Amino acid sequence: MNATTKQRPDSADVIDIRDLHTRFGKAVVHEDVSLTVRPGEIFSLVGGSGCGKSTLLRAIIMLLQPVSGSIRVFGQEVIGLNDESALPLRRRWGVMFERGALFSSMTVAENVAMVLHEHTHLNAALINEVVALKIALTGLPADAGAKYPNELSGGMRKRAALARAIALDPELLFLDEPTAGLDPLSASGIDELVKSLRDVLGLTIMMVTHDLDLLWRTADRVAVLDKGHILGIGSMNELSKMDHPLVREYFYGPRGRAAREQTWKKK
Amino acid sequence: MTAKRVAYLEFDHNAASEPQSVSARCAGEWTVRGVALVEPHLAALVSTGAGNIVIDVSAISALDTAGAWLLHRTSQTLERRGATVRLSGTRPEFDTLLHLVATRAEMAEPVKPVKVGFLEDVGLQSWRSLNSLSGMLAFIGESAVAFLRSLIQPRRIRWRPILHNLQTAGFEALPITGLLSFLMGVVIAYQGADQLQRFGANIFIADLVGLAMLRELSPLLTAIIVAGRSGSAYAAQIGTMKISEEIDALRTIGVGPQELLVQPKILALIIALPLLTVYADIAGVLGGMIMASSMLDISYGVFLDRLEEALSLSSFLTGVIKAPVFAVIIALVGCFQGFQVSGSADSVGRQTTVSVVQSIFLVIVADAIFSVIFNWLDL
Repeated sequence: MNATTKQRPDSADVIDIRDLHTRFGKAVVHEDVSLTVRPGEIFSLVGGSGCGKSTLLRAIIMLLQPVSGSIRVFGQEVIGLNDESALPLRRRWGVMFERGALFSSMTVAENVAMVLHEHTHLNAALINEVVALKIALTGLPADAGAKYPNELSGGMRKRAALARAIALDPELLFLDEPTAGLDPLSASGIDELVKSLRDVLGLTIMMVTHDLDLLWRTADRVAVLDKGHILGIGSMNELSKMDHPLVREYFYGPRGRAAREQTWKKK
Repeated sequence: MTAKRVAYLEFDHNAASEPQSVSARCAGEWTVRGVALVEPHLAALVSTGAGNIVIDVSAISALDTAGAWLLHRTSQTLERRGATVRLSGTRPEFDTLLHLVATRAEMAEPVKPVKVGFLEDVGLQSWRSLNSLSGMLAFIGESAVAFLRSLIQPRRIRWRPILHNLQTAGFEALPITGLLSFLMGVVIAYQGADQLQRFGANIFIADLVGLAMLRELSPLLTAIIVAGRSGSAYAAQIGTMKISEEIDALRTIGVGPQELLVQPKILALIIALPLLTVYADIAGVLGGMIMASSMLDISYGVFLDRLEEALSLSSFLTGVIKAPVFAVIIALVGCFQGFQVSGSADSVGRQTTVSVVQSIFLVIVADAIFSVIFNWLDL
């Protein structure tokens, strides 16, 4: 897996994290975390609850200040970046939060349109059409646009959050637990959606997930985090052959096995 | 560099070869950030275009869903007007994107803005007011039932939240209530001193300050402070709990929100507000006393002697008796508005504002009614 990284120049990596240390007060969250995400790949962070996956994501999208280390996104160092110089970078990525984080006082369509109004010069009619298209892209029914977030079910809220995240056609998409709390049918809908976004729009996707089905079906490479360290990075197949007890437990626990077998059947 | 990042569109009306043929050459970045400028030109193409139209997309350097949507929309409307449209020079990655947009566009339907007419708006507002009124009545009824129930079964009364509310709404309000009431006493004495001096009636400053504070000002002032401090907090707390489904959770656990959230607040305020009022009485009179001694040379001893003569028990009680009524109003309105919150963060802010405005309004109305009643009773 390192062979390909060496062939590419560093600057080609979409995300490049080196020796990252993060701390909350005295609690160490990350120690010496290094990883790279390549263009056009679906990269996933996995690990038990509280292992620092979401924290790592928050550090990359500049919601959290690490203690030391370096995070480069599109070749630009994001640690210590001020809001003004971060803006061009922020326009190039979209973030879907775990619980949607839709603005509760706006309809779904207004939520998506808001991003377009802020960052583009399109006229209102065209924005409306683009918003409707984005809502359709995420698989929401057309009448969902006029609804308020509290009128939507959990799965629809996730899709609406995704519609807002892809409003600006970002090059990089962060997904925090895209399938958590969804029924299997909606979850597999999200699987397909993530894949087709990458295939059709050419996005690079970084996600945090517990969902083994989603991992087997979509992820190109996966990093396993535990207690602030990376236990391993590689494709699901490579990881499932690793000897580390925690990784084995993760992939060969009852649920891990079921998810794996299902994928084999499909293949 | 910025010049490169927009979309371009060139027309070539080759009228000589084919009279009804237009070829449009697209170039640059047809992305959500780039297409704003070409959109009017495309609209022009749509309005004039007919016959054979060739859209050459080979020079487009980047295409995203917004750009693909524009191309799709343009060719769709042109075709509906009877023109034949051909895209030339597409690349495989453009094709997949255009295909995706075309399939999804069937499902997409822009949200039409809803316009509310004047009459409809008036009707809607009246309907809401009526609803809110009946809701308030129902809420008062519910609270009364819950109150009666806990009178019958005193074990159901939750003392811990009552004590907690006593601390936050009562004890922690002491500094601000004391300070404002003290200042009120100072102001009344200051304003009165000038007038009284003219008639040589300096000593009546004690009557003025004592009666004004005890009968009217300190109950009202305290109620307004508590409405602003605690009434708003009740609305915001219950409203936020409602949004995060905590109220529903309470119900499923089998704990009535009335019992846990509303009743302790009402009971705590009924206890706290009279006490705060007495405290405000003292602070106000103290302020007047200090002012009297510094401006009118009335010593503390003389002031207090006069105060004893001026005030009867009834002037103290007419003030303090209002406090529990104000307490019920503030707590009921605050909690009721909290339960009225629905859905959004906006709604929490709105209901909180309404709770403060309504409770201060109702407190003043109640105060006026008390005045009339006391007048009848000759108190």
